[in-house]
Amino acid sequence: MAKQRIVSTSINGNPVEFLAAPRQTLLEVLRDNLDLIGTKEGCSNGNCGACTVIFNGRPVDSCLVLAVEAEGGELETIEGVAPTDGLHVIQDAFLGQAALQCGICTPGFIMSTKALLEENASPSEDEIRFHLAGNLCRCTGYDKIVRAVQQAAEGVTN
Amino acid sequence: MRDFEYEAPMSLDDAVALLSGNPAAAKPLAGGTDLIDHIRTRRLEPDLVVDVKKIPDLNVLEFGDDGLRLGAAVPCYRIYGDPQVAAAYSALADSCRIIGGTQIQSRASVGGNLCNSGPAADSTPSLIALGARVVIAGPGGRREVAAEDFCTGPGQNVLESGELVVEIVFPARPAVGGSHYRRFIPRNEMDIAVVGVGAAVELDESGQSFVSARIALAAVAPTPLYVEAAGAALSGQPVSDEAIAAAADAAREAATPIDDMRGTVEFRKHISGVLTDRVIREAVARARGEETGYRIGQ
Ligand SMILES: Cc1cc2nc3c(=O)[nH]c(=O)nc-3n(C[C@H](O)[C@H](O)[C@H](O)COP(=O)(O)OP(=O)(O)OC[C@H]3O[C@@H](n4cnc5c(N)ncnc54)[C@H](O)[C@@H]3O)c2cc1C
Ligand code: FES
Ligand code: FES
Repeated sequence: MAKQRIVSTSINGNPVEFLAAPRQTLLEVLRDNLDLIGTKEGCSNGNCGACTVIFNGRPVDSCLVLAVEAEGGELETIEGVAPTDGLHVIQDAFLGQAALQCGICTPGFIMSTKALLEENASPSEDEIRFHLAGNLCRCTGYDKIVRAVQQAAEGVTN
Repeated sequence: MRDFEYEAPMSLDDAVALLSGNPAAAKPLAGGTDLIDHIRTRRLEPDLVVDVKKIPDLNVLEFGDDGLRLGAAVPCYRIYGDPQVAAAYSALADSCRIIGGTQIQSRASVGGNLCNSGPAADSTPSLIALGARVVIAGPGGRREVAAEDFCTGPGQNVLESGELVVEIVFPARPAVGGSHYRRFIPRNEMDIAVVGVGAAVELDESGQSFVSARIALAAVAPTPLYVEAAGAALSGQPVSDEAIAAAADAAREAATPIDDMRGTVEFRKHISGVLTDRVIREAVARARGEETGYRIGQ
């Protein structure tokens, strides 16, 4: 077996060190070693976006990142999104627009939305749909998700 | 996933040493959007994964008067996010904007797309159309091959054991030039090309005649396909429906697709012609600086 390594990262603003074997994905380590189970596993091959986290400022599928690649990096997961009291505007908007049913896709959608709004504070509907094309939802039919992103964008700009 | 060792060398020499020290069992890792899935599904079984993203030579994105240097590991979002590159090498930017979704584009590189050597790779036709050359380093030193000579079969290419792609170099664009890449997929995004076409054209000063053109297709042959005859049908001709139709015919003739769940031979050959026509028209409009209605997902 390949030796485990110590990986030093920052997760949601806190310095975190963990042990990982090269064969472990970032998704596996977040969920199984660090108990950050808000990040979901859907497909494990980059198609569904349920495992989306923000890595050095960019949204990525954590199932397609090796945990050892996180050395020296900054990670944001769904657990870091809400302020200590209450919810983030994006979370509020998803609730307000009923943009979830089973909820398995929601952490991924929220992380992708956060990355989008940080880059483009008032995206058009086309831009929202295009940016979220890497996130799949089996329940909602997407329209409510798009409306939630539009509501969140208003909340971010106002 | 299957067990393997991981190294992340900081220099090209170290990477070559690691790869050539384990020629059969080592694989370079760029964005991992193909490689990690291939290891998980056991299509590939490397004992050593060599992360090439920390090597400065593979992260170059340098635009200048004599052309563009694109490090093999530069992710898609950096390419289309660079306004100069996106304007001058717009076929390349078109390709990078449609490889996967946003998460994939954060990681996926053009070098990885090329080295994975899939017939449907969306960036390779743009490299070929834009006349790019692939710079390779290995235990025997450096060499260069033209983009159209890189892939040799599905998943196969000219890399010898211990070699890796360092960068892709593009010649300067002509004064009146335009380029475009477009694919046909049944969805708007996140799908594998049924057919893809990349074209780069050079027009004369008046913008009314073709000086030269290069056209390449995806997903209609065992490798990305350079169709020299399609470019030849345009060179020296006035920009006209007849010349464009002749180029589209040449593309349709050159296509040797297979039947699969994404499309039949007949459909793919037909679409090769239709897309070639549209892609040339878009490249001409861009060369002339005309507003075009193109939007991703069309
Ligand atoms: C959900 C999803 C959607 C996708 N959509 C598209 C799409 O629309 N169009 C498309 O074309 N592709 C698509 N892909 C495939 C993939 O994202 C692209 O091929 C991508 O460009 C690969 O780049 P990478 O940097 O991730 O390569 P990696 O996965 O890191 O590497 C790919 C292969 O090339 C080798 N390699 C990498 N870099 C080098 C180098 N410098 N020298 C030598 N060998 C090297 C690796 O060993 C590996 O065999 C998709 C993949 C996923 C998971
Ligand atoms: S679990 Fe990572 S994209 Fe589906
Ligand atoms: S709410 Fe069930 S998958 Fe999106």
